[in-house]
Amino acid sequence: MNDRTMRDDLQTVAYYPGCALEGTGHAYNRSTKRIAKKLGLNLVEIDNWNCCGAMEVKNIDPEVQNYLSVRNMAIAKHKMGMDVVMAPCNGCYHNLKKAEHDVTHKEETRKTLKKMADKTGQPEYKPGDVETIHALDWIKYAIGEENLARRVKHSLSGLKIANYYGCMYTRPRHIFPEKDQGEGSESTSKPHFMDDLLRAAGAEVVEFPLKTACCGGAHTLSDCDTSTRLVLNILQAAEACSADVIATECPTCHSGLEMHQIRAEETLGVKTQPVMLYFTQLLGLALGISPRQLGIHENISQSLGLLRQKGLV
Amino acid sequence: MPIHEESLIRPENLRKHEELNIDNVDVSGHWSTFIETRSVADYNENLEREISAFPGGAYIHRCWQCGACTNSCTVNAINPDFNPRYWIYLARLGMEQELLRDKEIIWQCVSCHRCTHVCPRDVEPEGVMKALSHWLEAKGHTPKSQSQHFDEEFYQQILETGKIEEGRIVRNFFNRTGQPLKQPWLIRMVKNLIRGLPIMLMFKMGLSTLFRPKTKDWSKSKHSIEELIEMRELERKKILEGNEAS
Repeated sequence: MNDRTMRDDLQTVAYYPGCALEGTGHAYNRSTKRIAKKLGLNLVEIDNWNCCGAMEVKNIDPEVQNYLSVRNMAIAKHKMGMDVVMAPCNGCYHNLKKAEHDVTHKEETRKTLKKMADKTGQPEYKPGDVETIHALDWIKYAIGEENLARRVKHSLSGLKIANYYGCMYTRPRHIFPEKDQGEGSESTSKPHFMDDLLRAAGAEVVEFPLKTACCGGAHTLSDCDTSTRLVLNILQAAEACSADVIATECPTCHSGLEMHQIRAEETLGVKTQPVMLYFTQLLGLALGISPRQLGIHENISQSLGLLRQKGLV
Repeated sequence: MPIHEESLIRPENLRKHEELNIDNVDVSGHWSTFIETRSVADYNENLEREISAFPGGAYIHRCWQCGACTNSCTVNAINPDFNPRYWIYLARLGMEQELLRDKEIIWQCVSCHRCTHVCPRDVEPEGVMKALSHWLEAKGHTPKSQSQHFDEEFYQQILETGKIEEGRIVRNFFNRTGQPLKQPWLIRMVKNLIRGLPIMLMFKMGLSTLFRPKTKDWSKSKHSIEELIEMRELERKKILEGNEAS
């Protein structure tokens, strides 16, 4: 199966870290770059990139959000000559995909964005100029499970992991035309790329029904009570599945889970055990990279303590 | 008429008679509860058009009321009053007063996109929820929601510099909404965060507060975005005023 899904055009990709990876998601940025180096993959940061608008700007105007996304994609294509953009943040990934969808299917979007590109003296973005992929696609297709398993130095065996993908990685389905395409492709109802990779790294992946439940990330500060309830559902479900770790692949989900785990304890008196780690941190550990280089000490939940207890550090 | 599902009808629309005689038939007791006769006269015929003028509302007209949105809704699962299908129905019928009953909760949509994912008509109900809450604010039915304050702060920073700085977003948002930064859970979180951070990283984060991250040569983009927003606001104003004049 690996042979059929492996791609050789991902050795060098344009890297779009996004704002969160320069702030709260610093450890995600760091660990992504570290594993790239370890695996011999080349990340070229998009030159002079801008924010994708996250979950907020579309509420001011959807075309402004599309403009923000295509500006980055056009730079990758026309100024850097890249064909693939890799975004580790679900929000960035989602927005670039959404822009690609709108540019492909909506005449009105194309017109508006063309006008804006002309006014700002930027190259126009055309459908298919670049392919946007997530960090999960990147490792899955550039390295693959078999290859990854061969490179594992410290197996994650004994670690029970619930994989949490959040909302923006799979929904809505129509902006991800490459998903749900049978064997080798990602599923929008039951995503498995992170499961596949961490299993290859030796971890025990638990069956987790809330893989794509919402953490309330869009309202993590503006509607704290709702977010705390939603996060608590996820944490308690992971606990019920006997997971030690919730593996994440999005900075907003990751910090949302960490923040509201504390808030649930402070405001509702409900303490939950699982700790949060980015999947890149977990893969990095398996590849033999030191916890400090993966930014594990930057996590808010007591992930380092758990790893020590499990003898993984 | 006996009403078996009284819980489905609002108390003010139910009329109970202690003793009632209709055409010489005594209907006291079990048979004496009636649904109040109503006729709706205060339609806003322009309601759907108004809402579709707000960001996210463009496809509200496609809805055929299958209910998949409400069925899949994250917020509905924790608050049954949160009912996207029903609000879209009311908006399309022009029943503004009925819609206003739920005005305090509509903004709480968490944008999980479950509804847009399952919608067979590509209504993008998540967008409609945003459009509805903007419409409520524009018509003065509700003050700006917390979510709207957050969106505006976010947008403003991107407009100015092309990027955001999370610390600034949080501070300005708490400031705008008059919330104290010193809440026990926030303090504990910051403590946990600082505990692990290496000095150099803290130094770097401090620097990014002083020297905000910026996209170079952003002014043309800023101008072009502002132009688009101004145009959109004018269009919306026309639609809203057109309605008030008629």
